[in-house]
Amino acid sequence: MASEKSVLLTIKDLRIEGYSDEQWIEIVHGVDLTLHRGEVMGLIGESGAGKSTIGLAAMGFTRDGCRISGGSVNFDGIDLTTATRGEKRALRGSRIAYVAQSAAASFNPAHKLFDQHSESARLHRTENWKDSREDAIELYRQLRLPNPDEIGFRYPHQVSGGQLQRAMTAMAMSCRPDLIIFDEPTTALDVTTQIEVLAAIRDIVEQFNTAALYITHDLAVVAQMADRIKVLLKGDEVEEAETVKMLSDPQEDYTKSLWAVRSFERDEKPRPPEGTTPLVSVKGVHASYGPVKVLHDVSFDIHKGRTVAVVGESGSGKSTTARVITGLLPPSEGHVEFLGTPLPRAYKDRTKDQLRQAQMIYQMADTALNPKKSIGEIIGRPAQFYGGLRGADLKKRVDQLLDQIELEPSLYYHRLPSELSGGQKQRVGIARALAAEPTFIICDEVTSALDQLVAEGILRLLDKLQKELDLAYMFITHDLATVRSIADEVVVMKEGKVVEAGGKTEMFTPPHHEYTDLLLSSVPEMDPDWLDKLLKERGGITNLGEAASSQI
Amino acid sequence: MGTFSIVYFALLIAATAAAAYFKNRTALLLLFTLLIVSFLSGLLGGTNVLVGFTIAAGLLAAAAGVSYSFKEALIAILPPEGAKLMRTAPLTAAFGLLVILTYIVAAIFAPVIAPFGEAEVIGGAFAPPDDQMLLGGDQLGRDLFSRLIYGARNTVGVAIVTTALAFLIGTVAGLVAATMGGWVDQLLGRIVDILLAIPQLIFALLLLTIFGAGIIELTVVIAVLYSPLVFRLTRAVAGNIVVMDYIEAARLRGESTWYLVSREVLPNITAPLAAEFGLRFCFVFLAISALSFLGLGIQPPTADWGSMVRETASLISFGLVTPLIPAAAIALLTVAVNFVVDWMLYISSGLKE
Repeated sequence: MASEKSVLLTIKDLRIEGYSDEQWIEIVHGVDLTLHRGEVMGLIGESGAGKSTIGLAAMGFTRDGCRISGGSVNFDGIDLTTATRGEKRALRGSRIAYVAQSAAASFNPAHKLFDQHSESARLHRTENWKDSREDAIELYRQLRLPNPDEIGFRYPHQVSGGQLQRAMTAMAMSCRPDLIIFDEPTTALDVTTQIEVLAAIRDIVEQFNTAALYITHDLAVVAQMADRIKVLLKGDEVEEAETVKMLSDPQEDYTKSLWAVRSFERDEKPRPPEGTTPLVSVKGVHASYGPVKVLHDVSFDIHKGRTVAVVGESGSGKSTTARVITGLLPPSEGHVEFLGTPLPRAYKDRTKDQLRQAQMIYQMADTALNPKKSIGEIIGRPAQFYGGLRGADLKKRVDQLLDQIELEPSLYYHRLPSELSGGQKQRVGIARALAAEPTFIICDEVTSALDQLVAEGILRLLDKLQKELDLAYMFITHDLATVRSIADEVVVMKEGKVVEAGGKTEMFTPPHHEYTDLLLSSVPEMDPDWLDKLLKERGGITNLGEAASSQI
Repeated sequence: MGTFSIVYFALLIAATAAAAYFKNRTALLLLFTLLIVSFLSGLLGGTNVLVGFTIAAGLLAAAAGVSYSFKEALIAILPPEGAKLMRTAPLTAAFGLLVILTYIVAAIFAPVIAPFGEAEVIGGAFAPPDDQMLLGGDQLGRDLFSRLIYGARNTVGVAIVTTALAFLIGTVAGLVAATMGGWVDQLLGRIVDILLAIPQLIFALLLLTIFGAGIIELTVVIAVLYSPLVFRLTRAVAGNIVVMDYIEAARLRGESTWYLVSREVLPNITAPLAAEFGLRFCFVFLAISALSFLGLGIQPPTADWGSMVRETASLISFGLVTPLIPAAAIALLTVAVNFVVDWMLYISSGLKE
């Protein structure tokens, strides 16, 4: 079928400028792209590579403060750079659709799913209310949403994140568009939910022969979804090739470095001898938020100089455990011991020295650093507070800490957090924790908001610091690749209970607990056939994600 | 129909047509509305109304011109940071700044600028304007112009001190309530509810009658009565800050409440507070003027715009503008401060990007 494979979208020498500091700066420097009907192209790159900007430009749209300054975007014979507003409106939603990263933020919380689904269908296809509702049910069924006849009557907050993302895909499909742009549709989801969405998207795109631009920074995901992959770096194209060829034989150094990210791995450290007093010991902790019980009899030990990774889906109680250890949430039963002595339950009752011993690094470096304080002040405060350092001593200590996190002191001392990149902010967060000279650090999803290259740098830094300072880490994460690279011991949590705990090597070799197995097998691999194999193994798409996890 | 009307309409029609030709929608609508209004009011009120329109337009153009020159001058003088800020400022903000600056200069250099003292009797009661007394005399024959200048010092000065005091009370209480939460928050919240439940002006009248109407009493009473509004705002914006991870980090470090409030939270809410300060200042200013008008504010012979309006109010029945001049001074400052506040709100809301 020749027409099936005809060219749908051609982008030629696309240049986009952004307005900042009172001048226009080019952020996309002449990118070419050709997409055929029914083809899925993956756009990958770190943040700031211009992936989303190009994705939006494919709809003839730019964000506020951006403009297309050159080149052309030709969609099925229509040049979107010169098309009038009316022409573009006729295309959007009906022939080109967009699926955003955060479905929760993109749905209007005040309307039911059906009403939002039918809107573009009724606008563009002049369907009546009943037809579009039936169509929605049909699409929900194809996307394997539970209870497709009724889910549309729910409000967005009444369905889970993975379901919402699929409902959004259904909405994009409502007019059977020729092109869908997926902007990181699974980045905000858990691994177990992610494959469910991936499988559903892939199915429906194939079925309607829809072309798609799939934007992501996760290589393993793009390997499952895309026919071709285009790698972008700072608004320039690095290379483009068929998925299989790209994975097996990348040409450019940058691409190779992206591919090599997951290579960082270190062996499990030898276990401490039996009978050693653990640094931190969580003993039979129960905790609740009001009447809702979130932790049930959680116990585990963390030894000096070792890393314990706590893994599980969101809502499994990982972060709550951290809150109990730090004393932000006093447990209802059980207690936390530090070197054998029980800690007071609430942080307010702990001594300055007890507080100093346990520090925390947060997931969102943006909200973890006070935007109005300079880096020097942020890092210096714990040293001043606990160590009583002043003046030149304090400056010296801050410089030393900045050196430790590999930031040049003279350049960064006076900067504000807003003047740093995401990875640098996370480093400052680490330095602030180090400034207290702790023995134990809780790392709460420290790499999940970062690009893979940057995340790897952070992991290597944490590892280096552990060796130098003999720190113990409690590493909260849902990313098993991170666990594999940095952990010594793993604690798997589900619904507020510890389901399995043990050394890393032991955990990654079968047999596992069922739930651990589900988590492990849900992590996408850099093999284009991975998803197919997994689907075969698990007996079809109905047996993924929430369905699978609720069976355990 | 005189020559003036012919020229007036010819110019207006030409401008409207030009706007239509160049497809400038806003200008077209504005000019066209003006044209229709001119037609109607010209028919009803004759040439005088048209002259009024022309004068108003001329004043507006003059104000715009002065503001523009002032803005450009500031850009030229200020260091790069400030110049960048000014370049993005709207003309209204420049106008507001210019007016505020003028008032400040008048207040500081009042004895130098004013030709006579504020309590000095120069001519006859309600003397008409002449070379000596630019705006004429008041009911005791004091120079109205000099009193207007001194009024800037007294009225504005008291208003600033009062607003600052109200902010001190409200901000500290609001920050403490937001940071500590629990029963402290409840207690402060209920006290504020009680204060807000009583109409402010009536409460102020009551308290001033009890404590007497001196400058200090006035300042304290108004400040206390206006602090609940500041408390509410501070507590709300601080509430968004105290849930941030960096506050949690500071709490876990074992920092004192005072450190949390002053070093971690306060720097993050200065922008909305500064905008609120400007706005509150206007209300406090008007409240003091209102109290002075009622005889409970700043006491004679001290010059004060509110009492000046009251003292000369009877003149309005003779068709004289004298009582409107101090009233206009109040209005102008209020408008100017609001222009600046709008601009600051625009900046702090992050809409600039």
